[in-house]
Amino acid sequence: MGRTLAEKVWDDHVVRRAEGEPDLLFIDLHLIHEVTSPQAFDGLRKNGRQVRRRDLTIATEDHNTPTLDIDKPIADPVSRTQLETLRKNCAEFGVRLHPLGDVEQGVVHVVGPQLGLTQPGTTVVCGDSHTSTHGAFGALAFGIGTSQVEHVLATQTLPMARPRTMAITVEGELAEGVTAKDLILAIIARIGTGGGQGYILEYRGPAIEKLSMEARMTVCNMSIEAGARAGMIAPDETTFAYLKGRPHAPEGEDWDAAVAYWKTLRTDDDAVFDAEVLIDAGSLTPYVTWGTNPGQGLPLSERVPDPASYEDPSERFAAEKALEYMGLSAGQPLREIRVDTVFVGSCTNGRIEDLRAAADVVRGRKVADGVRMLVVPGSARVGLQAVDEGLDQVFKEAGAEWRHAGCSMCLGMNPDQLAPGERSASTSNRNFEGRQGKGGRTHLVSPQVAAATAVLGHLASPADLSDTDVTAPAAV
Amino acid sequence: MEAFTTHTGRAVPLRRSNVDTDQIIPAHWLKKVTRDGFEDGLFEAWRKDPEFILNKPERQGATVLVAGPDFGTGSSREHAVWALQNYGFKAVVSSRFADIFRGNSLKNGLLTVVLDQKVVDALWAVVEADPTAEVTVDLQDRQVRAEGVTADFELDENARWRLLNGLDDISITLRNEPEIADYESRRPSFKPRTLQS
Ligand code: SF4
Repeated sequence: MGRTLAEKVWDDHVVRRAEGEPDLLFIDLHLIHEVTSPQAFDGLRKNGRQVRRRDLTIATEDHNTPTLDIDKPIADPVSRTQLETLRKNCAEFGVRLHPLGDVEQGVVHVVGPQLGLTQPGTTVVCGDSHTSTHGAFGALAFGIGTSQVEHVLATQTLPMARPRTMAITVEGELAEGVTAKDLILAIIARIGTGGGQGYILEYRGPAIEKLSMEARMTVCNMSIEAGARAGMIAPDETTFAYLKGRPHAPEGEDWDAAVAYWKTLRTDDDAVFDAEVLIDAGSLTPYVTWGTNPGQGLPLSERVPDPASYEDPSERFAAEKALEYMGLSAGQPLREIRVDTVFVGSCTNGRIEDLRAAADVVRGRKVADGVRMLVVPGSARVGLQAVDEGLDQVFKEAGAEWRHAGCSMCLGMNPDQLAPGERSASTSNRNFEGRQGKGGRTHLVSPQVAAATAVLGHLASPADLSDTDVTAPAAV
Repeated sequence: MEAFTTHTGRAVPLRRSNVDTDQIIPAHWLKKVTRDGFEDGLFEAWRKDPEFILNKPERQGATVLVAGPDFGTGSSREHAVWALQNYGFKAVVSSRFADIFRGNSLKNGLLTVVLDQKVVDALWAVVEADPTAEVTVDLQDRQVRAEGVTADFELDENARWRLLNGLDDISITLRNEPEIADYESRRPSFKPRTLQS
């Protein structure tokens, strides 16, 4: 019988298989950041262990890093301690680190692909749940906990029970103005925040094949929000073209050998998935979340749902709680929800295409009065590229704040936070209670919707903007 | 890690579903660089409410958490497990756990027990009616017992063996060092490296 993409990559990494035990998998790439690593290095030190494969390990600073005044000492003592601890650990154990201020610094899931380290058919792990992002390359990539970080540091392997596989086939074509973010929000709304649990998702079908690498990363990034540890997309010419020439992409004969291997990484026609979901891309419109988990999303044209309309009592209760926390009432049109803050960034939507898309919307327009718009590139390199293209100017002229790279308001570990009761439209991936700051209220949106929302001051898509919103001739 | 064979203690009924790890331990606690001292961050936001179940005097010293479905969703932070352990919990019962959280808990010796929601409901009823009621989580026999409730649970043999013996993962894996070295010698040269040469 044929095998799925996930099964092929899995099988190629089995170091040891024994009846009744989890498989021992070899890890090709281990990404590290300051939040989930200190206790792991601590464990190594305590047990007198070394990093087994420094050449398969790389660290960057992202979660705590400030996005302003990055040349000054970090004000928050705890953030500073975490960053200093990472620097000390990397120096002591010989791990390559891209610290704040380095040109390759940035959100770990933006950095790996950008360096060409994330490759098809590799296993990628990181102490961060959004490691699923790297699955966009046909890598088997999943988030791990700190004990596992220590385990990979010491052994370059992980014992893992093989998850089941789920095909998410996206037929048709996304309409103009509908993005990968809308697609993944719709998928999560459809299968629920627990729907992918225990599965590796494989996104496939014509609508997926048409997506750019960056859009594929947006989709895979949020697999975890559907409960799945990993999401994958089979590598194809789009993948190869993205990788070619990247700093760590194979070269010469190695490139040819790699591509030959990568081409085998497709689900066989006769392979069987444990579950299948079919989505019609053509029926989708821009999506936003109204609640406090990423599955609580609806098309922007809809209204805030009535909790009473849920049959399942726990869903009803969750909806009631969510509306209360979000300060919304049933029946309110989503388009009329006003926001204070717009955040464009994160490992979901902080890559160059995302910034371009947002810039295209605000170009020549102004951010609405009383709204602050924060644009945070996913990595220092993305930031440089955006500056090269003049995008920073577009944002600044519109009245947005242009910042340095990092996780920033995606999780509010640095000073970029919502105040209690403040409401954001955010291109990040989690709308949990307090995620962006205590008492903050988050609506997850695409970069395009974020930008249109910034201009109008309420949840909106670019289609809601009129030409009269343009106040100046388009800057180039 | 500490071995887990059987544990008996009072319980906290947490009637909430979808308790994500941001609720278990908010992000600002993640800045610590040690493995202990997370107890005050456990359910920090909810604990501001004096009526929150964990704040009730009769729940002090409880060691078993009986939670709603989909416990531990969201971020992969292992700190959620440490926070529960630092607070004093030895076992968590739910009808469904998020995968990463479950993996983290078992690796750290916090036993997460999956039981039918019906059984969870029954446990809630028992420990709500009588806060002094004790719940036994028996890993030897894979059984949860409380007044009027006896329920078997499943746990894969490997995870169970390690918990029973308090074995840590790394030492187990390092027994297979020759196999790892063998695999490494067979890796193709086109695989990425973070360091040159
Ligand atoms: S951008 Fe957000 S989701 Fe991504 S790694 Fe940073 S905190 Fe996590």
